Amino acid sequence: MNVLSPLFDSLRGLGRATLFLLTILAGIPAALLRPRLVFQQVYSVGVLSLIIIVVSGSFIGMVLALQGYRTLVNFGAASSLGVLVALSIVRELGPVVTALLFAGRAGSALAAEIGLMKATDQLSGMEMMAVDPIKRVIAPRFIAGIIAMPLLASIFAMMSIGVAGGHAVGVELLGVDAGSYWSQIHQAMHGADIRDMLIKATVFGLAISWIAVYQGYHAAPTSEGVSRATTSTVVVSSLAILALDFVLTAFMFH
Amino acid sequence: MTTAATDPLVRIRSMHFAFGPKVIYDGIDLDIVRGKITAILGPSGTGKTTLLRLIGGQWKPDAGTIEFDGINVHSLSRKPLFDLRKRMGLLFQSGALLTDLTVFENVAFPLREHTAFPESMIRDLVLMKLEAVGLRGAAKLYPSEISGGMARRVALARAIALEPDMIMYDEPFTGQDPISMGVLIRLIQGLNRSLNLTSVIVTHDVEDVMRIADYVYVLSGGKVLDHGTPAEVQQSKSDLVRQFLSGEADGPVSFHYKAARRYADDLMAGRE
Repeated sequence: MNVLSPLFDSLRGLGRATLFLLTILAGIPAALLRPRLVFQQVYSVGVLSLIIIVVSGSFIGMVLALQGYRTLVNFGAASSLGVLVALSIVRELGPVVTALLFAGRAGSALAAEIGLMKATDQLSGMEMMAVDPIKRVIAPRFIAGIIAMPLLASIFAMMSIGVAGGHAVGVELLGVDAGSYWSQIHQAMHGADIRDMLIKATVFGLAISWIAVYQGYHAAPTSEGVSRATTSTVVVSSLAILALDFVLTAFMFH
Repeated sequence: MTTAATDPLVRIRSMHFAFGPKVIYDGIDLDIVRGKITAILGPSGTGKTTLLRLIGGQWKPDAGTIEFDGINVHSLSRKPLFDLRKRMGLLFQSGALLTDLTVFENVAFPLREHTAFPESMIRDLVLMKLEAVGLRGAAKLYPSEISGGMARRVALARAIALEPDMIMYDEPFTGQDPISMGVLIRLIQGLNRSLNLTSVIVTHDVEDVMRIADYVYVLSGGKVLDHGTPAEVQQSKSDLVRQFLSGEADGPVSFHYKAARRYADDLMAGRE
């Protein structure tokens, strides 16, 4: 029995988290009736994550262009650099790296905020004021994460393929022809790639928000509990993102 | 409401409650009379805060009943329970203010959540409540910018925003300097009269609460040890109650937490 008890514990945790998700889903209509609450949260998880997303997107695009160019130029295929950057970003790196950054920046903040609200009696205070914290606090944050992730992943992709990333290094620095950089992207990338990127980003957004609000809401009401909730949010989200990415890619693979 | 005005607002009958193996309440009966200030006294760790959460329906007793204005609190489903909670305010020890909102927005919070009042009316109401606790000038500050005593007064303004029938104070005097303590005592007394409130004060601060309470319950070990007016309780037949009220270290409640070994044995045990 003792050997299996960690397994039972994690199954129990999964069950609790699923029940919690159902409670949140039941609270979503009420939250949607007050869009202002959701927009505030989109601002705090989305807009405030913009800088890290923009900067990381640019650098990843630049690195990809450097590395890609070194390989492609041996085959005289440097003009295909755009395709290499664009497809790597849109199919994999864009949604995955955005999600990892989002878990670190917004997920941890979410868990800490909710955990502290619990530790300082703000959540029970709300309940005693006859306000349901699931509808007022949790659901808007959950929705905001799902809205913000695909937007952030799109911005990440734009930054790394064009603007300051791959385009800056490939075209401006290494001298790849701008026309072929863009026209090859245009030919090789399909609507399905972008659709799949948005699907991945949305699923990751859901997973991160779910994990973060669950960890925060169920944190032990102590400073240690809040710190543990923050850490596990980042750890569990990161693992979930990578595992989900494999599953989603397998389904999208033709 | 069908119950007569002389009936107690809260009526607790043979209520049992335990946290796992630890018994907090072992069958207590308790009445909270309308329009009066009832003090609930007891040593730390006797579950006084638990009592308030039980009355508010956040926790459920294992046995027995808690009625608020004739309604059994724990028989209600979520929606009517929330409606009932609008009629009671609970003042947390920490204040439990929402830290991302200003003082003004904190007091406006229950009004915005539960009423469809126009903005100008909410503004007037909030300013009136803040004026009543003397903090209209602090309306624009955030909870992190005010002192603990002020936070409690803001929480009080928020608790009276929906004009409840009853306010429950959880250790309102803990950690207050004499001035803010005096302010709070006068506020509690004043609000009780002017708003025709029923007040419940849970505390271990005997002296201060005896001055303003109309009725006192002394709890310990999961039982009601004694109850009555402050004068009656001070003449209590129970040694434990008298020890608690006068604050002596020795008596039925021992200063020493029960140890497994005798003191001398414990000291010698380290030498082996």
